Amino acid sequence: MFRKYLILTMLLCSLMTFSQEHFPKNDGVKTTNNIYTALTNAKIYITPTQIIDKGTLLIKNGKVVNVSSSVSIPKDAVIIDLAGKYIYPSFIDIYSGFGIEKPKRAQGGGRSPQYDASRQGFYWNDHIMPENNAIDKFKYNDKSATDLRKAGFGVVNTHIQDGIARGSGALIALNGKGNNSNRIVNDRSAQYFSLSKSVASRQSYPGSIMGSMALLRQVKYDADWYANGNANVMDRSLEAYIANKNMIHIIDAGDKVNALRVDKVGDEIGTQYVILGGGDEYEWVGDIKATNAKFIIPLNFPKAYDVENPFLASSLELESLREWNQKPFNPKVLADNGVTFALTMHDLKTSKDFKANLMKAIKHGLDKTKALEALTTVPAQILGKSNVIGSLKTGSWANFLIASGDIFDKETTLYENWVQGKKHIIENMSVKDIRGDYDLSLGGKTYNLSISGSPSKPKAEVKGDNQKLGAKLSYKDDWMNLTLTTPDTTKQEFTRLASHITSVGNISGKVVLPNGTESSFYAKKTSDAKSSDKKNKDASTETPKMLPLTYPNGAYGFTQQPRQQTILLQNATVWTNEKEGILQNTDVLIKNGKISKIGKNLSTSGATVINATGKHVTSGIIDEHSHIAASSINEGGQNSSAEVTIEDVIDAEDVDIYRNLGGGVTSIQILHGSANPIGGRSAIIKLKWGASPKDMVYANAPKFIKFALGENVKQSNWQSFGRFPQTRMGVEQLYTDYFSRAKEYDALKKSGKPYRKDTELDVLAEILNKERFISCHSYVQSEINMLMKVAERFNFNINTFTHILEGYKVADKMKKHGVGGSTFSDWWAYKYEVNDAIPYNAAIMHNQGVVTAINSDDGEMSRRLNQEAAKSVKYGGVSEEDAWKFVTLNPAKLLHIDDRVGSLKTGKDADVVLWTDHPLSIYAKAEKTIIDGIIYFDLGRDKQMRETIKREKSELMTMMMQEKNKGIKTQPIKKKEKEHLHCNSL
Amino acid sequence: MMKNIYKLLNIGLMFSCVITFAQQTPAPKQTQAITITGATAHIGNGKVIENSIIIVENGKITTCADAKVAKMTPKGRQIDASGKHVYPGIIAPNSTLGLQEIGAVRATNDTREIGSMNPHIRSAIAYNAESKVVESMRPNGVLIGQVTPRGGRISGTSSIVQFDAWNWEDAAIKTNDAIHMNWPNSFTRGRWWLGEDPGLKPNKEYAKQVDAIHTFVAESKAHLNGNNNKRNLPAEAMKGLFDGSQKLFVHVNGEKGIIDAISFAKDNNLNMVVVGGYEAYKVADMLKASNIPVLSQRVHKTPNSDDDDYDLPYKMAKLLVDKGILVGLENSGQMERANARNLPFQAGTLVAHGMNKEEALKLITFNTAKILGIDERLGTLEVGKDATLFISEGDALDMRTNILTHAFIEGREISLESHQTKLWKRYSNKYKTGD
Repeated sequence: MFRKYLILTMLLCSLMTFSQEHFPKNDGVKTTNNIYTALTNAKIYITPTQIIDKGTLLIKNGKVVNVSSSVSIPKDAVIIDLAGKYIYPSFIDIYSGFGIEKPKRAQGGGRSPQYDASRQGFYWNDHIMPENNAIDKFKYNDKSATDLRKAGFGVVNTHIQDGIARGSGALIALNGKGNNSNRIVNDRSAQYFSLSKSVASRQSYPGSIMGSMALLRQVKYDADWYANGNANVMDRSLEAYIANKNMIHIIDAGDKVNALRVDKVGDEIGTQYVILGGGDEYEWVGDIKATNAKFIIPLNFPKAYDVENPFLASSLELESLREWNQKPFNPKVLADNGVTFALTMHDLKTSKDFKANLMKAIKHGLDKTKALEALTTVPAQILGKSNVIGSLKTGSWANFLIASGDIFDKETTLYENWVQGKKHIIENMSVKDIRGDYDLSLGGKTYNLSISGSPSKPKAEVKGDNQKLGAKLSYKDDWMNLTLTTPDTTKQEFTRLASHITSVGNISGKVVLPNGTESSFYAKKTSDAKSSDKKNKDASTETPKMLPLTYPNGAYGFTQQPRQQTILLQNATVWTNEKEGILQNTDVLIKNGKISKIGKNLSTSGATVINATGKHVTSGIIDEHSHIAASSINEGGQNSSAEVTIEDVIDAEDVDIYRNLGGGVTSIQILHGSANPIGGRSAIIKLKWGASPKDMVYANAPKFIKFALGENVKQSNWQSFGRFPQTRMGVEQLYTDYFSRAKEYDALKKSGKPYRKDTELDVLAEILNKERFISCHSYVQSEINMLMKVAERFNFNINTFTHILEGYKVADKMKKHGVGGSTFSDWWAYKYEVNDAIPYNAAIMHNQGVVTAINSDDGEMSRRLNQEAAKSVKYGGVSEEDAWKFVTLNPAKLLHIDDRVGSLKTGKDADVVLWTDHPLSIYAKAEKTIIDGIIYFDLGRDKQMRETIKREKSELMTMMMQEKNKGIKTQPIKKKEKEHLHCNSL
Repeated sequence: MMKNIYKLLNIGLMFSCVITFAQQTPAPKQTQAITITGATAHIGNGKVIENSIIIVENGKITTCADAKVAKMTPKGRQIDASGKHVYPGIIAPNSTLGLQEIGAVRATNDTREIGSMNPHIRSAIAYNAESKVVESMRPNGVLIGQVTPRGGRISGTSSIVQFDAWNWEDAAIKTNDAIHMNWPNSFTRGRWWLGEDPGLKPNKEYAKQVDAIHTFVAESKAHLNGNNNKRNLPAEAMKGLFDGSQKLFVHVNGEKGIIDAISFAKDNNLNMVVVGGYEAYKVADMLKASNIPVLSQRVHKTPNSDDDDYDLPYKMAKLLVDKGILVGLENSGQMERANARNLPFQAGTLVAHGMNKEEALKLITFNTAKILGIDERLGTLEVGKDATLFISEGDALDMRTNILTHAFIEGREISLESHQTKLWKRYSNKYKTGD
């Protein structure tokens, strides 16, 4: 036994030692393999577009020596005749984790989050690990390599899939017959990034996508500073980052939204990332194309949902249903729009899904040439390795596939996958096809034997006397073994047949009967195998149809982006919010996105005329404090996060945008949360449903940042005891510290001397320079007073106190300081610091001359802010006209956008709401909500949309039922859950 | 206008000076008859009397009539409410008022007990009659509540209280009125801490959880039927359900859950109420046929699904009412205690989305009283009922005009001051005097 192993080991060793000429040879004589291999008469794809119908591929020492239709074959060549077969360059996956063990999740940790880094001598953030090299962790995995080769891959670029900066990858040839000395095509092939933290560290920063984006920027700034020799410490992460600078940067975005986000970061730091997508790029293909980035696209298409149970199925949303129909078109749409992309196995559970999904993409319109490019030339070109991989040009590695036909045809068999000139058999090319129907004569009886399946893995069915027998067929190395079982269940008997197949046709051999008697059998072929015509028919008659996209691509999306109109609202009660006050029986004309005229009996040609008799027209509601339409709200990983901005993470597809429009809201400030004393920067947007995030943001938006005080920043209401500050006393000192540092930083920056660019301090310096405004989450009077004093000490003003529930206690001081108050109408009792919150707060602040607004901080309340404003009439007797300003003009003032919105005045933006009733009345509904002269919400259209949604869902569910009935695998239902984000949402 | 406010303030201040810093002192028993004249009386059962005369004696309504038709002589103290509106006290069912004072402060939390089958857990004894949150209900006309425990499969037993009392015993209108059950959800959340997808997926344990309910009920019945000397508090607490003296409030939202709960209640011959009922409109016919009322979930809510009509929560109650189901409004959910004072405006929002105004009022008065089984005493301004009512300057369903001038519980005129009005006056006064 031992000897057998020894021989096997030696055999393996001898196989591996090829081409290591500087290695001593201790187990035999040194041989050099220097012959040619000529693969002849094949259809050869040198590249996806350079094709030889009948040519020869000549290889030697693992490389292509020559390829053409007229190669003169050297005498020392082994010739392989591939008449009728196809040769393709093998595939490349440049987003792979091949041979690299997944990092282990960090264990333990106390109740408190970990704020500091775990490492020394590296970057201050554990999730930045450019010093990692995949090659150091790489261990060739034969089983995965076999699977990958089966799927057609010859080379993969592997890397450590962990952390935000993940270090360099390694380009590995899947050569099962060599060793790492051959396989490693490039040991430092590309630099990898992502937006996700390392699982191996518990360091809490960054805790959000916007934090990850800020960190990607800051690392670059720190590296530049370090590269200029400004640091007096050793930082091995930055050293590596700098050393890897010229490599290709590949980043895992994971979906279309993040793709645009990372591309924006790349633009800012001078890097054009290659972006790993998520398969939903078709939804925003215009913006995707505009990134000019190359993409790596997974082929993970959702299975149909199992909608049999109507109760469960009713929880499926249109968006998920549509995805199932549309996602397989993604590669086609990208190709049609000229987006350069490679395909990857990433995101697929098994390599077996790869071919099936690739076929699916092709069936859904992906051009075969594009598909082949995406698997060969494009990835090679992305890595800058076109000269050695991705094609079969002379000089390239001899990495190629031999197939029975068109590689993208379902019926095609992939025979061999050659890597670096080494053959790997997938299916035996010379296998004799025994499929067909036979008359099997056996022990005096005749049975019907039918062999089907694939040539190398055939299946058998045996019938006799109108009974089906159990039949198990194995077929290997030209030997067929067939075991028959009697149908009698009480007593099972076995008949064993064995035959050596020498030619295609009749089969004969030995049989062992149940009683042990041996005799011979004979099977006469009666007909050839029926090809799977039926299935083919199925496939060919169905051309999949892509359901139309909407903007956004889900419920209540527009089939076409709504257009700006000239609109005349006639005979309404008009709330101007200007000195004209409330005008009766008045017309409002909207033209070119602006309020063109307000007056009586207006007329204009070509206007859409809306009779508003008995109705009210106002400017749109503005929510000073909103957390809808954002992918993340808090970056709580540090006590200051001025470096992050909500503008980075706007979620333009949040249905709450539409619902807010239904409540007459037109503009919102999306504020960072209140996890830390210095929060992140705001996004001030118009609720242009269906537009892209960048188009929602106000042009030249005033700059804002969120600050926060009290229980949230002290982390009073959850288990966290390790982060400064834990008291209101500490909060003051934190501000003093940061503003002092920002002041010094700004002075240094302005001096022209070298300085370390720090986004956080840049932002704080903007505050000191009165270029950025603070909206500060606040509750109790002591802290409100404190922050005003800190600001005064640093010679600036707080712009807005938001929440400000004890504002009524210091309204006089607020007025003196010049700060506004944006408060809740009647929230209280949810935590200790709101014990003294009163619904009269807005009235008292307003009476003291403080610019007062009512905000929501909540995706539900935001859609009925008119009701919340009306509560100020009840609580404190504010006049209706003033109360209305609490949700329109006053927040506009607080946001410094009152020159554009907040009132109905000629020349201002046409952000207008038509109400069915008095806008402060509980009985009022927004009938039309207009932004920049575009009707974004309309009760009538909403009604139609409901019908459309119902119809489309039912259509899609029927399609899914059909899919299930065809026997195609489905997935269980998942329910989407919507969570409203608040200040303290993590 | 400003001057008027200050005048009002001064009057308010004169009143509030007398009151000490703590909660409002409960009003003494009614000793003198009260007559309210000239108001528009919203009876609570859908009817309106435009120029009404209402006489209250010994805590009861003894007259409620059209002043033009019935020539009545006013008795006792007269309140001229011309131009004003009178309503029956609003009822907040399925509420944790008085069980927790401050959301984030655990020490103040008495809402949920541990364990799964807790019918023996009784809210009444933990109800804090001196809660500042409770007193803040009254200036909006919310005068009665069903105090309900939370958590578990069977949360416990609720009790109905009025909001002007020295202690929970005085507050009680009806103790142990109902047992509350949280029906198992058809969907369950992935355990993210075990690396599972945190999203919702079909609950594989559903059948098992439903069976646990059936088993508990069957075992409780058996225990009560036998001569069992051994104490079994949970089983004994189920007695009222089986003898019909208590109702079963099933908190359930999904269509399938509602159907399953109905058949469970039928099998066990229980008097059931659906609480929440997000998808109740989908099984309205069945609810109607089974004569099961619904406490429809809070109106001020966003839809659960992206695909739902944006106004689904605004019209959900109407969909049920239109089918002939007895519907009340409940307000459980985020910040449920402080927000319970907005019940009238939730009813108002229903009106904006299609419901008749007096019908909407029923959903927070008469219907709720019927569902809670207190309609003999409360819920309308009918003769013989408790004089638990309030006078508002205007339409009480609209926040602009929901301005109370008087409120009575069993004929006792209660204070409309609160912790919040006192702070308002205190600081308004501070600025007025220029401190």
